[in-house]
Amino acid sequence: MIQLLLAVAAIGCAVQAVRSGRLLGSALWLAGVSAIVALSFFLMGAPQVAVIELSVGAGLVTVLFVFSIGIAGDEPVETQSIVPRLVGIVLSLAASALAALFVLPVAVARAPTAEPAFSDVLWGGRGLDVLLQLVLIFSGVLGVLSLLTEGEAPAHPSIMVREVPKELAELTELSLEEERR
Amino acid sequence: MTSEPLTYVLVGVIGLFGVGLYALLTVRNLIKVIVALQILAKSALLALVAAGYAGGVVQVGQSIAVTLIVADTIVAVVGLALAVQIRRRMGTLDVGELSSLRG
Repeated sequence: MIQLLLAVAAIGCAVQAVRSGRLLGSALWLAGVSAIVALSFFLMGAPQVAVIELSVGAGLVTVLFVFSIGIAGDEPVETQSIVPRLVGIVLSLAASALAALFVLPVAVARAPTAEPAFSDVLWGGRGLDVLLQLVLIFSGVLGVLSLLTEGEAPAHPSIMVREVPKELAELTELSLEEERR
Repeated sequence: MTSEPLTYVLVGVIGLFGVGLYALLTVRNLIKVIVALQILAKSALLALVAAGYAGGVVQVGQSIAVTLIVADTIVAVVGLALAVQIRRRMGTLDVGELSSLRG
């Protein structure tokens, strides 16, 4: 029963993350989804991945979102979508129904088998995955560094206007008025 | 072990998948597109661990899920860095406006 409550709560948080008018609200609702998913992992007997999801998904990624929104600005989100909303709803419902058709009939849990410890499986059985993770982290760090430290990019005029001091803006307005007279 | 909790988890997987797909199709803000991708990734993550739970091999499901968490985080980090750069250079995060821009 608690799994059903968690599933409903996760879907509710995801809907709020999509519907939220502010980007900061979206990021916080997404953190809620991560926390609920982590709790679900814990109940399924996967505590290691639950801890990683809680610290990375609900912690690090949320901090990154808040940091990025702080830099880019929390501009109001528009309401008109490119794909008509009705088409989006129909397509997502159709895809979900198709997934349910294939997945739900085979939802029968087997008895757990005797398994080695998580660290043995990760380092021994999935060594290639660990190597891939290292490559991913390395390339991700390099990509972000190259993106954020790229030369002095010409900023957009709308951003430049915000940085003009107030006194200078008033002086400019006064001189423009004098010219008009 | 009953299959009821597994069915409930799969309901969550399908629900998150539907919400993420709908968001990916309809949102216009670049940062919200990344939020939609994150929701889809959470759905896949939950499905992986549920598959391990269903097959009685939870540790294998966990180890694959860790790889997905790392890949998902890198996608979010690079996507957010791109969004910040686009906002700085173009002055907008609207996907519709960006696709109509001419260089």
